[in-house]
Amino acid sequence: MSKHTLSVLVENTPGILARIAALFSRRGFNIDSLAVGVTEHPDISRITIVVNVEDLPLEQVTKQLNKLVNVLKIVELEPGAAIQRELVLVKVRADNETRSQIVEIVQLFRAKTVDVSPEAVTIEATGSTDKLEAMLKMLEQFGIKELVQSGTIAIGRGARSITDRSLRALDRSA
Amino acid sequence: MPMTEQAPGAHHPQPRARTGGTPPTVVEHVTGAQSLIRSLEEVRADTVFGIPGGAILPAYDPMMDSTRVRHVLVRHEQGAGHAATGYAQATGRVGVCMATSGPGATNLVTPIADAHMDSVPLVAITGQVASKAIGTDAFQEADICGITMPITKHNFLVTRAEDIPRTIAEAFHIASTGRPGPVLVDIAKDALQARTTFSWPPVTDLPGYRPVTKPHAKQIREAAKLIVRSKRPVLYVGGGVLKAGATAELKVLAELTGAPVTTTLMALGAFPDSHPLHVGMPGMHGSVTAVTALQKSDLIVALGARFDDRVTGKLDSFAPFAKVVHADIDPAEIGKNRTADVPIVGDAREVVADLVQAVQLEYSEGHRGDYSAWWKDLSRWRETYPLGYDQPGDGSLSPQQVIQRIGQLAPEGTVFAAGVGQHQMWAAHFIDYEHPATWLNSGGAGTMGYAVPAAMGAKAGRPDRTVWAIDGDGCFQMTNQELVTCALNNIPIKVAIINNGALGMVRQWQTLFYNQRYSNTVLHSGPGATGREPSAGTRVPDFVKLAEAMGCVAMRCERPEDLDKVIAEANAIDDRPVVVDFIVHEDAMVWPMVAAGTSNDEVMAARGVRPDFGDNADD
Repeated sequence: MSKHTLSVLVENTPGILARIAALFSRRGFNIDSLAVGVTEHPDISRITIVVNVEDLPLEQVTKQLNKLVNVLKIVELEPGAAIQRELVLVKVRADNETRSQIVEIVQLFRAKTVDVSPEAVTIEATGSTDKLEAMLKMLEQFGIKELVQSGTIAIGRGARSITDRSLRALDRSA
Repeated sequence: MPMTEQAPGAHHPQPRARTGGTPPTVVEHVTGAQSLIRSLEEVRADTVFGIPGGAILPAYDPMMDSTRVRHVLVRHEQGAGHAATGYAQATGRVGVCMATSGPGATNLVTPIADAHMDSVPLVAITGQVASKAIGTDAFQEADICGITMPITKHNFLVTRAEDIPRTIAEAFHIASTGRPGPVLVDIAKDALQARTTFSWPPVTDLPGYRPVTKPHAKQIREAAKLIVRSKRPVLYVGGGVLKAGATAELKVLAELTGAPVTTTLMALGAFPDSHPLHVGMPGMHGSVTAVTALQKSDLIVALGARFDDRVTGKLDSFAPFAKVVHADIDPAEIGKNRTADVPIVGDAREVVADLVQAVQLEYSEGHRGDYSAWWKDLSRWRETYPLGYDQPGDGSLSPQQVIQRIGQLAPEGTVFAAGVGQHQMWAAHFIDYEHPATWLNSGGAGTMGYAVPAAMGAKAGRPDRTVWAIDGDGCFQMTNQELVTCALNNIPIKVAIINNGALGMVRQWQTLFYNQRYSNTVLHSGPGATGREPSAGTRVPDFVKLAEAMGCVAMRCERPEDLDKVIAEANAIDDRPVVVDFIVHEDAMVWPMVAAGTSNDEVMAARGVRPDFGDNADD
């Protein structure tokens, strides 16, 4: 199995997330992560999907997604040519003895301490999946009380924007 | 170049409609319901099949005043859906059905799924509870958009009256262009009741919907090269050719190349059955020649076909020597089941027309395929393994003969609609389809009960044609109530019940694969039936009485010597629906057959008869 990151531009209409999620489940495609948000154009949302597939089914995934009427554009972002980020918020058990060690790890990973209490430290960290996994591994020894993770979002490197043409299409029809 | 035999009302591919160029002249002050009916008039929907109910009620008031929209009051929403499908398949136009919220809408689910599998242009309009009540489990509320999401090409929930005309325009556009399919428009009751303005055309807004219709020139050239270089090509023709209205172009291509043509269950009539280049239907119950031609071919040119499992059999042993040219309007079909060597995305009519030119160019450069050795094989198989059947030894009627004679005695241009099962396969085998839009059936979904309502829809759309429903006694008991609709609305269809007292196709599988243990396939008697009783059985229900009660002319035929007379009588009646109960032998089976899950190499010409392909077996 290999991982692919798809950026899907969709019309910002009700039910679009359900359409995409239902398509994945009925065609038997596996989603690793999914993140949704509006773009610089309020009528367009961007869904970043990390799928776990062989190469041939990936083509089926994109073709089937393209058949959804509200889907405007699908771009696969190659890892080398794109910046990928996830966000984690993690609550780590801490006492007077361990707190400084935890803060040291937070600094190593350029993460942030966002909340402190006598028994715990809450950390905010962004980065690639690999970096966050490494950080969480380091924090495990102290005891992770709670962990919340966002889906991956990604953007291509360089000056080009994948929304340009879709925005023009939308403007024309407006 | 004669361009006749074109499918009726074939849509002409055009780039995305972007209406709104000319400013609308008149603005009418109306209710949402009135704007719905006005919109249906403007998209030229002349017939709507439906049943009113609470949530859709506002729409039925202006419906009463419309002189351009005929509403046919059906007896069950499933009938409305299949009737709209039959209408669409017979006319080439968008079929329309209407139902209320909740159970009305859910009763449309089967015909919508059916239309989705067979790519039929359909618009289903459903009432929804008032927008404020949505999500509260209100009376007769069902999330029909959620329910139909996987079985529609697209669906809409409309909660504002001003969105109705645009949504109807978009629904018809989506249903009829690209790969056709069903579109559901769910309209909240308060949107139907609200005051709004109506003007036409509305500004449509579908930035994410851009079907590709023009094939890529380079791919066309590649395909033509393969055609002229191949030695054993087959044109594998699917329903897309009918939908694109590409039948005239197909005939030109076939005759130009001299390649054999096989038409799938969804494509019967796309190429004349009587044509010498036609080798029959492929698939599980295809002709030995068609199945074997695909298996041994070195090039498959798939036109508007989708390599369905009923055609390919066990996929990894399907046509092992063949290169594949796959042309389809839906890019997702290409490479889905079988890898394509030359993928072509485009409308079948444009693809075939371009292929004709590209092949002619190859000819002019001196490249021409020689298929004479191939035709020697094909002709030998065709002579050795023709479609056929045995007459029952006990003097009872053979179902195949009944269907064959109905076909032979039918007036020119008769439309046939079949249910699902043995009778469907026999109707595919033993009736000759010479013209497009003369064969309607439920291919992908295999919906029992399709025939009667679909025939009704076809007759409503084509009142000039004779329409015969070829139905089984199992299928008939699912949807026969639409004969009431036919009788009351002057839709004089003819129904042949091929009555073997059993769920025949399932029974056939029980005969072949379940040691003749006929579990729950005997229809004419209750529990304890062994399934070996004479097919006459209890005659419950009595189809003649049933049909008469529904306002039809009813007949029964039990003896071969009466067959032609009864069919002629049925053909002579044109003012009322006719039902003929043909009591046929119950042990008749559909052959040839490729057992499910096995390779097409294992095709059986008849029970225990494995075709012998001699020295050609391994080339």
